[in-house]
Amino acid sequence: MIRIPTSALIGLVITAAYFLAALFAPLIAPFGVGEIVGDVWEPMSSKFLLGTDGIGRDLLSRMIYGGRTTIFVALAATILSFTLGTILALTAVVVGGWVDMALSRFIDLIMSIPTLIFALVVLSVMPVTILVLILVMGLLDVTRVYRLARAVAQDINVMDYVEAARLRGEGTPWIVFREILPNALSPLVAELGMRFIFMVLFVSTLSFLGLGIQPPDADWGGIVKENKEGIVYGIPAALIPAFAIATLAISVNLVADWVLSRTTSLKGGR
Amino acid sequence: MSFVVIKLVSQRIALGLLLLLAATVLIFIGTQILPGDVAQSILGQSATPEALANLRRDLGLNEPALNRYFSWLGNALQGDLGTALTNGKDIAESISGRLNNTLFLAACAAVVSIPLAIFLGLLAVRYRNRWPDKMISAITLATISVPEFILGYIVMYFVAVKLQWLPSVAIVRPDMSVFDRFEAVAMPVIVLTFVVLAHMMRMTRAAILNVMESAYIETAELKGLSAFRIIASHAMPNAISPIVNVVMLNLAYLVVGVVVVEVVFVYPGMGQYLVDHVSKRDVPVVQATGLIFAAVYILLNTTADIIAILANPRLRHPK
Repeated sequence: MIRIPTSALIGLVITAAYFLAALFAPLIAPFGVGEIVGDVWEPMSSKFLLGTDGIGRDLLSRMIYGGRTTIFVALAATILSFTLGTILALTAVVVGGWVDMALSRFIDLIMSIPTLIFALVVLSVMPVTILVLILVMGLLDVTRVYRLARAVAQDINVMDYVEAARLRGEGTPWIVFREILPNALSPLVAELGMRFIFMVLFVSTLSFLGLGIQPPDADWGGIVKENKEGIVYGIPAALIPAFAIATLAISVNLVADWVLSRTTSLKGGR
Repeated sequence: MSFVVIKLVSQRIALGLLLLLAATVLIFIGTQILPGDVAQSILGQSATPEALANLRRDLGLNEPALNRYFSWLGNALQGDLGTALTNGKDIAESISGRLNNTLFLAACAAVVSIPLAIFLGLLAVRYRNRWPDKMISAITLATISVPEFILGYIVMYFVAVKLQWLPSVAIVRPDMSVFDRFEAVAMPVIVLTFVVLAHMMRMTRAAILNVMESAYIETAELKGLSAFRIIASHAMPNAISPIVNVVMLNLAYLVVGVVVVEVVFVYPGMGQYLVDHVSKRDVPVVQATGLIFAAVYILLNTTADIIAILANPRLRHPK
């Protein structure tokens, strides 16, 4: 039986709740995502648990469907950046030489432009669809995964057991998948959580700027944008997605922290 | 100044210029990588052939991409950023006032956040693992987990709407007095401070803690010096270079945070200009503003590296 510390348990429960709500959105949501069911900005009531939004749609339903879009896009972009970043980094380390040099300098170059600015420049000529968003976000974030994975893999690459495998005559795929990857996994998994959070914040920011998920589809950043005028009249509808994003971010952080500390203590420093 | 330092600094400046040149290439390619045609994607599927041909001519799309890049770069170097597609105005002219506004906002945020972050960092180290440290860490974790725009609305909701201390939008006009100007930017400055404070404070704390583990600090402790004395006169001088680095990196971060915060508070700066024209698909404006943001970012990063080189005493006395 694994003992889970309280903070990680709280993080796990909240994260799981958001993911389950996203998965079963059509079953849980009391109303449709674009259905106009009440008055403008109705307060919280037993019929509308979180009130209604700027044009009378049920806010709870929109939050559930919005969470679905936000989590899906962020997850897809994270998987893309992770797979590509890790493959590139391991290639760079194992092959070495000019491949490593060229890849690393190219990544430095991409990182010399702020991610948000670069995303805005690219999105100015791209059709804003979910697929394009995932691609742009995922590809731009490859840089950070690459840096971490390369640093970790480089440490492992000079270990005795990797040397032994080489002398044994194992091929490059064996070295990558049987020697380096299993040992690099735990820091990478913790980073996975951080990257996912970054993606949630990133897609929310883009949607808020009107360049992410397009209406009538809902997502958390978009809900803030739709309800921001209400703030001036003291209607807190725009702060509900804020609460959702913050709690999701903090709980994934707690889980990632726990994964990192658990795996490091098991494997003695790595 | 020894030869080594001059050599390292000039190498770093050359690298910065090279990065800037490469950034112009990236920004240019970034707007051309579509498989189809930029004119088509700006006007949409329903565009008439004449409109498409006109726009292609205006954008110079009939020329090869390499020629377009060099003429764009050449003009930009001479301060000519071209004209906006949407209103035909000169971009350099529209930008200059907005750039001033943005720099004013960023400078105010920097003046507030840097001393505060260093003070809080010192405080966290002084009371390490006790409640002031834990409280500061908890608050910074919370502010890191919330995107800038949401922080903006939270501050707006409580400060401007519930307490009514400050106006909810930051409108700045050229004829405003200095005092009015400060009042107008107060709320965006609060938000930006929150945004960078967390990162800056955490890194300051880590930098000082790193120094605190060294042997000479233990000696100072054994001499019986007070905790603040040790931090201020023994740990600080050696932590300056990492802290300056942190501050510079966060100023670079500020440049990006400004984009979102300007939109939240309807502040007439560069960020708002950029976002407006991205949704209008005004490619020349996006290229020009993107270039300026990238240039400022690279400039700050290069400065951080140069300060780190200059602050490293080991390089000043080569063996």
